[in-house]
Amino acid sequence: MSDETAAAEEAEAEAVAEEATVALRYGAAVSESHGDVVLHATVETYLDVCGEAHADGFDQLIDLTAVDYLTYAGERTLPGGLTPERFEVVTSLINHVRRERIRIRTQVSADEPTIPSLFDLWPGSEYLEREAFDMFGITFADHPDMSRVLMPEDWVGHPLRKDYAVGAIPVQFKAASNER
Amino acid sequence: MTITDETPETIDGAARVRRRGDDAAVLRLSEAEAAAIGTDATTSDDDERVLLNMGPSHPSTHGVLRLMLEMEGETVIRSKPVVGYLHTGMEKQAEQLTFLQGCTNVTRMDYASPFFTELAFSLATEKLLDIEVPERAVWIRMLMSELNRISSHLLFMATNGMDLGAVSMMIYGWREREEVLRFFEKVTGLRMNHNYIRPGGVAADLPDGWKGEIEALLELLPPRLEEYDVLMTGQPIWRERLQGVGTLNTDEALALSATGPILRSTGYAWDLRRDQPYLAYDEVDFDVIVGTYGDCYDRYAIRLNEIRESMRIVEQILDKMPSGDYRVQDKKVTPPPRIRIDQSMEALIHHFKIFTEGFKVPEGEAYACVESPRGELGIYMVSDGSSTPYRMHVRGPSFINVQTMPHLMRDSLIADAVAIISSVDPIMGEVDR
Repeated sequence: MSDETAAAEEAEAEAVAEEATVALRYGAAVSESHGDVVLHATVETYLDVCGEAHADGFDQLIDLTAVDYLTYAGERTLPGGLTPERFEVVTSLINHVRRERIRIRTQVSADEPTIPSLFDLWPGSEYLEREAFDMFGITFADHPDMSRVLMPEDWVGHPLRKDYAVGAIPVQFKAASNER
Repeated sequence: MTITDETPETIDGAARVRRRGDDAAVLRLSEAEAAAIGTDATTSDDDERVLLNMGPSHPSTHGVLRLMLEMEGETVIRSKPVVGYLHTGMEKQAEQLTFLQGCTNVTRMDYASPFFTELAFSLATEKLLDIEVPERAVWIRMLMSELNRISSHLLFMATNGMDLGAVSMMIYGWREREEVLRFFEKVTGLRMNHNYIRPGGVAADLPDGWKGEIEALLELLPPRLEEYDVLMTGQPIWRERLQGVGTLNTDEALALSATGPILRSTGYAWDLRRDQPYLAYDEVDFDVIVGTYGDCYDRYAIRLNEIRESMRIVEQILDKMPSGDYRVQDKKVTPPPRIRIDQSMEALIHHFKIFTEGFKVPEGEAYACVESPRGELGIYMVSDGSSTPYRMHVRGPSFINVQTMPHLMRDSLIADAVAIISSVDPIMGEVDR
């Protein structure tokens, strides 16, 4: 056995061991952040995780937003062997009976920023998803009205993306409909 | 109003708000589509429905809220709130400002209750810094929050009265609110946009004689609230105008992510101050006010009684206010006392550092939330270890509560739409941010 394969095997075993130590909830890896429970999902598992949380009594979607990690200076390690992507959709849920909150952080790639909409689980996500679309250009599949909410409808660009410059953009006005 | 066999108990509220098509309460129509309907005579002839624009500068739309209403005669069928007229990119701005400057930014969001956004911002920053503020700072924060809840609800009383034709109420509400703002001015230097609650504590200690001022305020308000009862609560015209108007049930409110008085008006007792206590709310005694019918009247009555509950809390704070420091003495977070700057070179350096490059906050992400007069106000903050937030997101309760409007308005008269907008009590600075 060559050293290379041995090293690869060792790395694999380590990964498996790590996998085993990571706690799972609703099929997603769990971590803890300043006293809050955080679940880590991918675009593929997102809807299943949310569906299970909904079935488990998380009766209200309290917040949904996105983060663009393009210029993040710190180190990004995610539990459960997930690969960090440029965008992250952050969904906060609340269970009123158990007085419990969870936060689901979902990795969304820059190449294909599309993620399922939660409208059918929690219709209150409508505006929050529209805001995330408006500000980050993340599309929520099967959303009833995927349009801008805060910026004008004909605006070009997504202001909260990190590559959207500050202050250097001329104000866009709607073209006058007729010549004076 | 369409008559159906459905009674409030048999309706699955969550399923109803989930509807997407023509039977939904929400009108999902773009500007271009709406404009096309306006000019195309062939489409508007086939049905009785008319598209009506309301706002953005209508006196009862509370700032710059605009509504697209689909009308059948005088009845509102579907509607679409159009927001964003006040959007100034505050979340983007926050990424340019240090954690210390951040409060000056967020305080301008919900301008009727600025202390709450400052508080949520400070709590989120303190979570990331992992510091605990001194007890006196906690109680000062609580005192200011509760007084702010009073002033915010008084403002609601004023605007709600004005919207419904009780014009004298507008003057009364503003008058009483001014008394509270006068105290704020004494403490913070400003009537609004205080930048008083900051990461690490508060900006300054309470001034001499603050207890007397508050005692005078607590003496002034109760008889005035009783006047409101005479003017509005028990008055038949007021009741006729609000009772049964704009109803929502608990399922719908939960499904629509509504919080605050809107959720409580459906009979659901959820108040973060009691259910997930922050600051020292577990050490004071107060009741969570709930409604029964989820109508405009309940939302009015909840806010009126929340003023009374807040006064109860303020009274207890008067007795329990601890002595001590009003901010954490961590040189890396709060500036040194003025006197130290003259005596110590290090103090001068710390002072200079804090006000030029700001303090650095460890990497991480945190969410902090408080019960604002409009519902859950949360701030989600991501830090990459620098002195400015990498990302700051505000969960503005007004923004999310605006979603309930089409559902409240469905099948009601256009005159009631004004009452409904008013009872949701949106602050557009927070909706648009």
